[in-house]
Amino acid sequence: MSGLKYSDQVIVSAFRGPWTLLKKELLRFWRVAFQTIAAPVITALLYLLIFSHVLESHVQVYDGVPYTAFLIPGLIMMSVLQNAFANSSSSLIQSKVMGNLVFVLLTPLTHLQFFLAFLIAAIIRGMVVGLCIYLVAMWFVDLQLANPWMIIAFALLGSALLGTFGIIAGIWADRFDQMAAFQNFIIMPLSFLSGVFYSIHSLPPFWQKVSQLNPFFYMIDGFRYGFFGKGDVSPLISLSIVGASFLVLAWITLRMLKSGYKLRS
Amino acid sequence: MSQPAIKINAVHKNFGALHALKGVDLTIELGEFFALLGPNGAGKSTLISILAGLITPSSGSASVMGFDVVNQYQQARQLLGVVPQELVFDPFFNVREMLRFQAGYFGRGRENDAWIDEILEGLGLTDKAHTNMRKLSGGMKRRALIAQALAHKPPVIVLDEPTAGVDVELRQMLWEFIKKLNRDGHTIILTTHYLEEAETLCSRVGMMKQGEIVALDSTANLLNKFSGKHLRLTLGDVILPAAIGSLMRHHEKGVYTFALSDMTQIEYVLSTLRSANIKVLDMQLSEADLEDVFMSLVGKSS
Repeated sequence: MSGLKYSDQVIVSAFRGPWTLLKKELLRFWRVAFQTIAAPVITALLYLLIFSHVLESHVQVYDGVPYTAFLIPGLIMMSVLQNAFANSSSSLIQSKVMGNLVFVLLTPLTHLQFFLAFLIAAIIRGMVVGLCIYLVAMWFVDLQLANPWMIIAFALLGSALLGTFGIIAGIWADRFDQMAAFQNFIIMPLSFLSGVFYSIHSLPPFWQKVSQLNPFFYMIDGFRYGFFGKGDVSPLISLSIVGASFLVLAWITLRMLKSGYKLRS
Repeated sequence: MSQPAIKINAVHKNFGALHALKGVDLTIELGEFFALLGPNGAGKSTLISILAGLITPSSGSASVMGFDVVNQYQQARQLLGVVPQELVFDPFFNVREMLRFQAGYFGRGRENDAWIDEILEGLGLTDKAHTNMRKLSGGMKRRALIAQALAHKPPVIVLDEPTAGVDVELRQMLWEFIKKLNRDGHTIILTTHYLEEAETLCSRVGMMKQGEIVALDSTANLLNKFSGKHLRLTLGDVILPAAIGSLMRHHEKGVYTFALSDMTQIEYVLSTLRSANIKVLDMQLSEADLEDVFMSLVGKSS
């Protein structure tokens, strides 16, 4: 440190602040990895075992793609999204209820740095859970990878979108039961009604239209396209919708953080 | 000319219809040991939260060592360490990890470790450095809370009720440590309910009432203004004769305190009581202390 010029030191400390917050957020879920990584992986595998056992011989969504193979990308993406949301939202609500968020609010961290630290931690948590499910699922089914870049792009953007949504929920909610309502009445229905377990083409026309209003549908469909090279809609349309949704939510979150909504008065 | 540690200019704060701060002006110089006193709801914590950037003033301005707390918040917060009133902690980490994180948020790295060791040592936390925050006793959590506010070595330190609910031994130890920080050049600002603490520790005192500063002077001057003797009589449950009612400052559970400007009034009070057939159960004569100043300025009777 002492060898650096003063201006360099300022730059080093400017990075060290947000980096420390990110590191703390990562350690927070890593310390309880049994609950934050192992538990969602087990849940996804249970879905996989039960649904593939019941439906494997009855359902075929795409030609030449067994149902179990069809199901796996959907389950991975659903877990990526749910865990990205869970990471930022539960970290914020816990430190709000405990009161220790004040120690972050007292620091010189800017609202953008605050946002990026929680966002990146949420993305990493989602990616780690998704990767673990993928590695375990490889034991069961040989999955093709038609377009790995699409897979990575959708996993990144999807977890960023849900991580941002988790920050909004964490700032807005004052109590644990409000956060549970967010989980049960928004995140769960949207993720289950998104085509994780089926193609929306199997739905009646009305419900197809409804599904097309669900942003989760585009994330799941685009992610699945990366594996099989086919989907219900064009992956570029999906990517644009997911990307635009992320930008809108990120803008809202930054506005909330800048104004100090519910955090400062 | 160096900037004062804290400068508060005509700060108002409204929470809806509640006018929590009504034009507070306050300057605290570098190196001071300053106490902010006042009953609950006087606006002390609101004022501190404005310095910390947790509350934005409705009008007026505040600065820390010349940096505005709103427009130059990064510099202002870098120079300020705030010990919150509530016993808050992060249950995921041990004491040393938490202090390293806290220093890290302020851009400090491993070069800061020696300072963290010094804080741990000074607060008697060294053997708890690897204990999870969750497992600390209440007193230990209070020390850790103070350590957390000091982790980035701020020149200006604000302690909001640091000794609330803390036993006598720990209180002594905390004050020794804070006095040492003050000797080393840190500016100390504290709010407290223990007036005798403010009296022995602080060179200057501000008293707040209903969102305003009602007294601001050196501790010695404030005490001089209210010089005179205090006669504390234990009388039990009696009706005080009207003749001496004007001398009475306050009473609580049968103990009556009279403010006397000269010693001849003792005889006057006692003879009045005697002729009213009121028995004196106990008697105590004392110099005025900050509590009397406090009571006469912010007490319910005034």
